[in-house]
Amino acid sequence: MKRLIVGTWRWLDDRLGISALIGPSLKHLVPHDARWWYVFGSATLLAFIVQVVTGVALAFSYASSSSQAYETLEFITNQAPFGRFLRGMHYFGASAMVLMVGAHMAQTFLFGSYKFPREMDWTTGVLLLAFTLVMGFTGQLLRWDSTATWSVVVAAEQAGRVPFIGNFLAQFILGGTTIGGATLSRFFAIHVFIMPALIFLFIGIHLMLVLRHGIAEPPVAGMVVDPATYRVEYEERMRKTGRPFWPEGAWRDFVVGTGLIVIIALLAYFVGPPKLDAPPDPSNLIADPKPDWYLLWYFALLALIPPQLEGYVMILAPVIIGILLLAAPMLNNRGERAPSRRPWSIAVVLLSVIMIGSLWIVGASSPWSPNFDPPPLTEKVIGATSGPVFEGARVFQAKGCLNCHLISGDGGRRGPDLTYIGDTLSESDIIIRIVNGGVNMPAFGNSINPNELKQLTAFLQARKRPMPAGLETTHR
Amino acid sequence: MNEVANSHSVPDQPTTPEEITRRRFLEKLCIGLSGICAAILGIPLVGFVVAPIFRRTTGKWISVGKVTDYEIGKTVSVTITDPSSLPWAGITAKNALWLRRVNEGEFIAFSVNCTHLGCPVRWLQDADLFMCPCHGGVYYFDGTVAAGPPPKPLIRYEVRTANGQVQIKTMEIPITTTL
Repeated sequence: MKRLIVGTWRWLDDRLGISALIGPSLKHLVPHDARWWYVFGSATLLAFIVQVVTGVALAFSYASSSSQAYETLEFITNQAPFGRFLRGMHYFGASAMVLMVGAHMAQTFLFGSYKFPREMDWTTGVLLLAFTLVMGFTGQLLRWDSTATWSVVVAAEQAGRVPFIGNFLAQFILGGTTIGGATLSRFFAIHVFIMPALIFLFIGIHLMLVLRHGIAEPPVAGMVVDPATYRVEYEERMRKTGRPFWPEGAWRDFVVGTGLIVIIALLAYFVGPPKLDAPPDPSNLIADPKPDWYLLWYFALLALIPPQLEGYVMILAPVIIGILLLAAPMLNNRGERAPSRRPWSIAVVLLSVIMIGSLWIVGASSPWSPNFDPPPLTEKVIGATSGPVFEGARVFQAKGCLNCHLISGDGGRRGPDLTYIGDTLSESDIIIRIVNGGVNMPAFGNSINPNELKQLTAFLQARKRPMPAGLETTHR
Repeated sequence: MNEVANSHSVPDQPTTPEEITRRRFLEKLCIGLSGICAAILGIPLVGFVVAPIFRRTTGKWISVGKVTDYEIGKTVSVTITDPSSLPWAGITAKNALWLRRVNEGEFIAFSVNCTHLGCPVRWLQDADLFMCPCHGGVYYFDGTVAAGPPPKPLIRYEVRTANGQVQIKTMEIPITTTL
């Protein structure tokens, strides 16, 4: 039996040339000290493979029709065997891919691996990062629930800000002038055909370049990159100390890859896929569209930038960041690679992580959004059961103040916390603020009557810090 | 592998002027034919994909109920169905707008899309305000900006009354552009 199998393999290998084709790639020499820092690229590739496999499986039941997609997703999630698990794998696989491509990029940048002769390795990697983010966004839209449909509108509005061609881009995204029958199928084609094809193509180029230029060694302070001599020196070092990728370099990739798949599977099983929001009915206005976590930081950025800078940040910032990333190796492709000799590289990575992390945290709570369903203020919080203070509390809720302001932990966070506003603002100050509005606050002069104003002022004036027990007694 | 390939190879460099001319001609022929193939496939592909950009939908007047259905001073949401939608649009052909009856015969209809980034604004009746859930845009009852990042007032639909009916002229999703 064994002889038959071996014989068959030899026949196939001779006719197909498999060993001749793949063998040199598998046996190419890698630096002997390229260890655990070097697993992020293969982990990204593995996450992509997870996406392809689970995506193909989901496509067996998913209908890319605006009128049916939501129902097919409900079927996949709630009825189809393994459907919930596969959706979970697809979601956490996407998350893993974004995380791994980010880690791979940070490691490459910190190690100076983008320098000569690997400039195009970096550039193709930047494009793959962009494609990954596009896949993430379009994938969220294929969920085709209320959040997805409103996210399409948000994307169209952002595209609309591009000078001169904005309106055309917006209509291209919408598949017309409104959300409708043509919208979802566009994103399906982009998510399932166009972007994966581009990713396959660029992964192929990226891997070909890795083989062509070799894997950059871990940086050593003082070992500079000189384009005139680097290739000869690298080849010499590889001849002396290099190890064949298979299996001496690859085993770590397999260990990390297995761990990654296990984690994705565990999350898919125990946490499950993101819940479907309400059906994609654009007439349902109870919607709070937010992107998935990997773009939440951008969502926060759009809320926090000053309106006068918004156009620049929305359109120019991604363009400038993209150009800077693509051009990074052209700006500096020689010299030191060690992070200790390039402290600015550590600063860039740290600042990027801190910036994205901070925006992510604030985006998750989105304090700039009104709280549309605040619990009513209790009598205990109001401090009265009748009279102007009690009536003022009712006005406070009716006029939407509670949607934006906190009182004793309840309400919105869009405006200042008014729990102790009576300690800081006088009666006249309060009236002026209510009537005229303020920074980022509407003026209520035209929508509140004098009696309501009086009651509301009384309520707000009563918002004072409680006196310490002893003092309270003394005061009385 | 290499031995097999080498046995079929021919000299890289042409030896005679005729050979040079012939090879250059064949190179150009192949490139030209590739261009023709790409055009045959590409032109309809691009045309098909970008066609929605050039599909103009004219607004249509549709009835949204009797005048007497609406209370003076109240703003309510009205659901409409896009008359120009594709047959398979299903539930996504539906749309909403905010309709305010100002007095006996005057109505104002607002798009529900925040002019900041298009999210659906909600009406708070007692507060007389529209609020956006996404980035905190706030509008007064007349659609003017009260707070937050919206760059301009809520977009208004054309609205009229005819034969005791309130009629809205449908329109596209308003896109805020820069230039």
